[in-house]
Amino acid sequence: MNARAEAPRRHRHSAGVQLILDFLNRLPPYRWTQARLVRWGITGRTLATAIPYFWLLLFFLVPFIIVLKISFSEARIGIPPYQPLLSWLDGNVAQINVQLKNFANLILDSLYWRAYLNSIKVAAISTVLCLLIGYPMAYAIARAQSTWRHILLMMVILPFWTSFLLRVYAWIGILKNNGLINNFLMWTGLIDEPIVMLQTDFAIYVGIVYSYLPFMILPLYSNLEKMDLTLLEAAADLGARPFKTFLTITLPLSLPGIIAGSMLVFIPAVGEFVIPELLGPSDSLMIGKVLWQVFFTKRDWPAACAVAIALLLLLVIPIVMLQRAQAADARGAHR
Amino acid sequence: MKQSSTFRISVLVFGFAFLYIPILSLIVYSFNKSRLVTVWGGFSTQWYGRLLENRQILDAAWLSVKIAATNATGAVILGTLAGLALARFGKFRGRTLLSGMTTAPLVMPEVITGLSLLMLFVVMESAFGWPAGRGFTTITIAHMTLTLAYVTVIVQSRLSSLDDSLEEAAMDLGARPAKIFFVITLPIIAPALVSGWLLAFTISLDDLVIASFVSGPGASTLPMVIFSKVRLGVSPDINALATIIVLLVTLGVIAAGIFLARQEKRRQRDMQMAAAAK
Repeated sequence: MNARAEAPRRHRHSAGVQLILDFLNRLPPYRWTQARLVRWGITGRTLATAIPYFWLLLFFLVPFIIVLKISFSEARIGIPPYQPLLSWLDGNVAQINVQLKNFANLILDSLYWRAYLNSIKVAAISTVLCLLIGYPMAYAIARAQSTWRHILLMMVILPFWTSFLLRVYAWIGILKNNGLINNFLMWTGLIDEPIVMLQTDFAIYVGIVYSYLPFMILPLYSNLEKMDLTLLEAAADLGARPFKTFLTITLPLSLPGIIAGSMLVFIPAVGEFVIPELLGPSDSLMIGKVLWQVFFTKRDWPAACAVAIALLLLLVIPIVMLQRAQAADARGAHR
Repeated sequence: MKQSSTFRISVLVFGFAFLYIPILSLIVYSFNKSRLVTVWGGFSTQWYGRLLENRQILDAAWLSVKIAATNATGAVILGTLAGLALARFGKFRGRTLLSGMTTAPLVMPEVITGLSLLMLFVVMESAFGWPAGRGFTTITIAHMTLTLAYVTVIVQSRLSSLDDSLEEAAMDLGARPAKIFFVITLPIIAPALVSGWLLAFTISLDDLVIASFVSGPGASTLPMVIFSKVRLGVSPDINALATIIVLLVTLGVIAAGIFLARQEKRRQRDMQMAAAAK
């Protein structure tokens, strides 16, 4: 009986949608298009898949092919600032002009490979630091009371919604010589001279860990939250100490979460530009910064494209690892 | 047990202090009278006044909001279709590629995405004459490509967490797919669409690197203006701007959170009633 009393209200809602559909059905172009599409064997389902498919092919995949093509060409002064790969010499003789110079430079010019190595080092150390801070936090949130859990989770996500650029900027005010930390330490009398923190590698680590911490916590939380707690109880019943239970049960089970979180931090951190630019030393060798400078300052498009292709190749393995971890996590959720 | 809960609480206190002290310091120093951002010179709201007189920042903010709103709407439409395809259409040819193309932009370093999209726009312009020049259109397209991936993930996970019994029931009763989508699927995933729209909006509003690559002369978004100022060091009017943004975002997220919680409660109540009526 109760459900019946509710019924009219809900019907009115769907009637509004029905009205729109009826209206569309009466429009001649709509019916015509529909009839045509049906005749061609195009259903709503194909169309729904095709539209985002086409968009991503055009604006995500094709650009990489173009970047690859330009990376094999030679820089020149003009519009566009690179030589075409294929040019026509008087009439119908084609000349193919493929340059491997840009890739050779990546190896020959120590600036590039040192930047790659340094970026990997910085990203790897930052990832480990994120894990060391993020894992206990994710664990504490996952084991909190359910009323608290939503609030704590919201608090992890909230900084992620506020401007990344401004949050990095905030650290300038904290780390600089007359900034928050140095002022505080000098006021307590612990130090007499300010410690130089801004424009050091330390500042880069702080910036990356701070900005990417939510990316580590969220996948770890979603993994730890759905863990079967009876396993832990069983281990405790069998006399395992909490630390041993953690090492032998919780940690191995949370491995997909650890991998997903680590890759979500590591991959974007390798190519990070804003953080080393604002917080790091002016000569810091991060590949994202090098790419930016080659493109905007030296205006060498082919060289910038080669840097991008090499960076992409470097990240293929981590990206595949991330996809596998996420797939494993999704399977775990459906079990 | 007691010991471990103390440990957990202290972990959370330190963790959240790390996450929130920088944001709080931005807010506190925006009310500082002194030009030197970190030396307290008394309470003042002068930097807010300065901000409202700064035409460059206001113009950039307006351009960013326009781009973000257009981007979010487009990304929600495309992302919903992609999420629907991935979660509901079973196995189809090219599914792996679609799934890859919607995950990769999430982690792709922004310098690569920005550079490759610019190259595409340059090649397209010389081949077809479109997009003519760079600015609003190119930035919006670039942001849609990035943010539709986020919307896809949200919609897909929402759809796969709900079983498709309602949709199947409607199909059994003879409803056409388009009708099923608008009458059943869309209301169910509405909360995901709201959070997807908000996320797409804020990501676009926040993006510096991709916008710097694909924008042209004369089209500076808010992050580009902030970046050019911040590069020269701290300046108090940026603190004032940051405070306003943080305030708006917090209010928006809390409002959306309350709205979504209500929606979810209503949906659960409806489901229970439907189960009771059976």
